[in-house]
Amino acid sequence: MRITIKQNDFDRIYEHALNERPDEACGLIAGDDREDGVREIKKVYILTNTDHTNEHFTIDPKEQLMAIKDMRSNGLKPLGNWHSHPESPSRPSEEDKRLANDSKASYLILSLMEEGKPVLNAFHIENVEGEKSVRREELEIVK
Amino acid sequence: MKITVGGEKKEVADGLTVAALIEQENVETPEYVTVSVNEEFIDKDAFAGHVLKEGDEVEFLYFMGGGAL
Repeated sequence: MRITIKQNDFDRIYEHALNERPDEACGLIAGDDREDGVREIKKVYILTNTDHTNEHFTIDPKEQLMAIKDMRSNGLKPLGNWHSHPESPSRPSEEDKRLANDSKASYLILSLMEEGKPVLNAFHIENVEGEKSVRREELEIVK
Repeated sequence: MKITVGGEKKEVADGLTVAALIEQENVETPEYVTVSVNEEFIDKDAFAGHVLKEGDEVEFLYFMGGGAL
């Protein structure tokens, strides 16, 4: 699946993730699954990491609920979530895989490992015969 | 009675509990689901005993978390 995210939304999460360091930052993504097969992120939600650590994140469920309601009232579909890895690469950790329980979601990971060179990747994670299977999705930053 | 589940209005049996609704809705990986009724979060231990009422608004939220390790 090809996913698009607007430059402006990328900039917002990057800036927020930088400000949250050393903690992980997180949020949700919403938009449309278009008929041409493109998953278009139309809105990015910046939410609170209630763990407040550099090794874990938990999205505040109250904020999650408000975001879901906002998506619904704006005709947007929940598409998944995003979080930062302040000191590690942009790939799902074992814990990310274990806690990824929505096979329809896209999981975006923003690595801040290299100063000034953020890396954002998207992943599909699902249970296949009791094992978590990870597939990288094509992600494009658009104007 | 009529309730709203995930923004959709549904007709369900009177006396339906949150636990029974989770089963009825075929919720994927229910152990990782948080439930709110009228924007109040319900403790997992209370799912079986929480009886829904006419007009309730129910949301199923997947736990969203992870880690860098």
